[in-house]
Amino acid sequence: MLNFFLLILIYTGIYALMALGQNVITGYGGMLSLTQAGFFAIGSYATAILATRYGWSFWATVPAAALFSALFGLLIGLPTLRLKGDYLAIATLGFGEIVRNVLNNWDSLTNGPMGIQKIPMITIFGFVVNPYKKYAFLVVLFITVFIAYLLFQRLARSRMGRALTAVREDEIAAQSMGINITKYKVYAFILGASVAGVAGSFQAAFTLSVSPGTYTFMVSVMVLCMVVLGGMGNFKASILGAFIIQLISYLPQLTGLTAIIPPQFKQILFGLILVIMMIWRPQGLLGRERITYAKGGAR
Amino acid sequence: MTLLETEKLTRAYGGVVAVNKVSFAVEEGLITGLIGPNGAGKTTLFNNITGLDVPTRGRVLFEGKDITAAPAHKICRMGIARTFQNIRLFKDLTVVENVMIGRHFKTGKSESRGRFFNAINSYIRLREEEEQIYGRACEWLDFFDMGGMKDELAKNLPYGKQRELEIARALATDPKLLFLDEPAAGMNPQETDHLMAIIRKIRDLDITVVLIEHDMKLVMSICDTITVLNYGQKLAEGTPLEIRRNQSVIEAYLGKEE
Repeated sequence: MLNFFLLILIYTGIYALMALGQNVITGYGGMLSLTQAGFFAIGSYATAILATRYGWSFWATVPAAALFSALFGLLIGLPTLRLKGDYLAIATLGFGEIVRNVLNNWDSLTNGPMGIQKIPMITIFGFVVNPYKKYAFLVVLFITVFIAYLLFQRLARSRMGRALTAVREDEIAAQSMGINITKYKVYAFILGASVAGVAGSFQAAFTLSVSPGTYTFMVSVMVLCMVVLGGMGNFKASILGAFIIQLISYLPQLTGLTAIIPPQFKQILFGLILVIMMIWRPQGLLGRERITYAKGGAR
Repeated sequence: MTLLETEKLTRAYGGVVAVNKVSFAVEEGLITGLIGPNGAGKTTLFNNITGLDVPTRGRVLFEGKDITAAPAHKICRMGIARTFQNIRLFKDLTVVENVMIGRHFKTGKSESRGRFFNAINSYIRLREEEEQIYGRACEWLDFFDMGGMKDELAKNLPYGKQRELEIARALATDPKLLFLDEPAAGMNPQETDHLMAIIRKIRDLDITVVLIEHDMKLVMSICDTITVLNYGQKLAEGTPLEIRRNQSVIEAYLGKEE
């Protein structure tokens, strides 16, 4: 039972990283993207391949994973710049599926549907972070989440966060205020992608194997749910949303009711949550974060 | 001295020529009015100058430099700011944040150093930078006597104040040239008077103002020179007095006597 709760916390951490990224893209940039699963997969495979084939240590693969994902963030960001709303959602959804299909079929690199096994565990100065003993892994993961949170929080309170907000609010007015909207939209994608790549690295180091089946469209939907549930434009809320959604999705197992409640139940529940939120609390549980400016600039 | 001029600027949407070979000049330090009946192409001309639209033919020169078809954010950075006919504030942001966005490109840049250095430097000196931006934004709000509404959401301001906030936001970019697209539209007479005082104050800051306006009282009393457009073409230009007596202008507005 406790063990199971720890598992939920670990997935909360991994998904929280993705949700932070989604929040930059959707919450701040106002772009409805459904592609976090794709970046997540790219990050996982970057870590898996670099660690198993080239013997890189986990910590060397993390920046590489972030970089790879960021590169793909740029590649998806540039052509979809002119798309908005549902059109953007469909284009990005397509990208996520392309990634999964490539992973499924590029046998020489990804080992196809079999995936890659025997990924080495994380080590810190000779100390092995064994994912089966969850505490150490949790600590490492949540330190990473915390650092990511701090970085994004600082970003949101800077000129850049404000510019991104301006782009979301009114593109034409933002342009006329000297903001290069193309640049900021692509930035949002790059940042969102790179942090999802890091989440992918942790996923690979936790399960110690990767296979394309993990990175389905459902992952992107869950991440979007987390951001919407918590509150768009609020990084704390994204982490909270990640926790709640993970808790719900493992509810049958957690309560020992797997015999009664089928696993598909969680999909019904996600749908319900989104509908209920849209009706009664469209701003999310915590709502958008307001920055209060005192005499000394941002708090 | 001519600050900005368009050379035979033409903008056609398919067969409809919205602006037809208009050569329009703005003299530095003056308030220039741009008037004309509805659909005369005034806003289209503004959009083509400020980079929101691309002219079909013709050129736009700012301080002697060709800025035709430059993207809007670059034009803004050169020192041309604008407001919009249908107010385009960042509605869900506070008043002060709106103005702070106007300061966006004015901070965190050191010409002598590279992009990367600037980014790192901005990151470290975030607080200092934000204080500067906030301070300047507050100064502009005080200029409009709006210091007390700093933390209101922009959408909650009364209509006249929203128009003024939009001007404040444009001024925050430290422009040399300010375009106002129907600043008095929908204002009551008191608000219009306040606006006229503000436009004069802006001119006194050595900022050249160009305004589109239908309120003739405002146009005739504060503009130093007026250009009249009709059906996309330039009909007349001159001082308010000359325009008032110009036969073709009167015909354009009131119709021709048979």
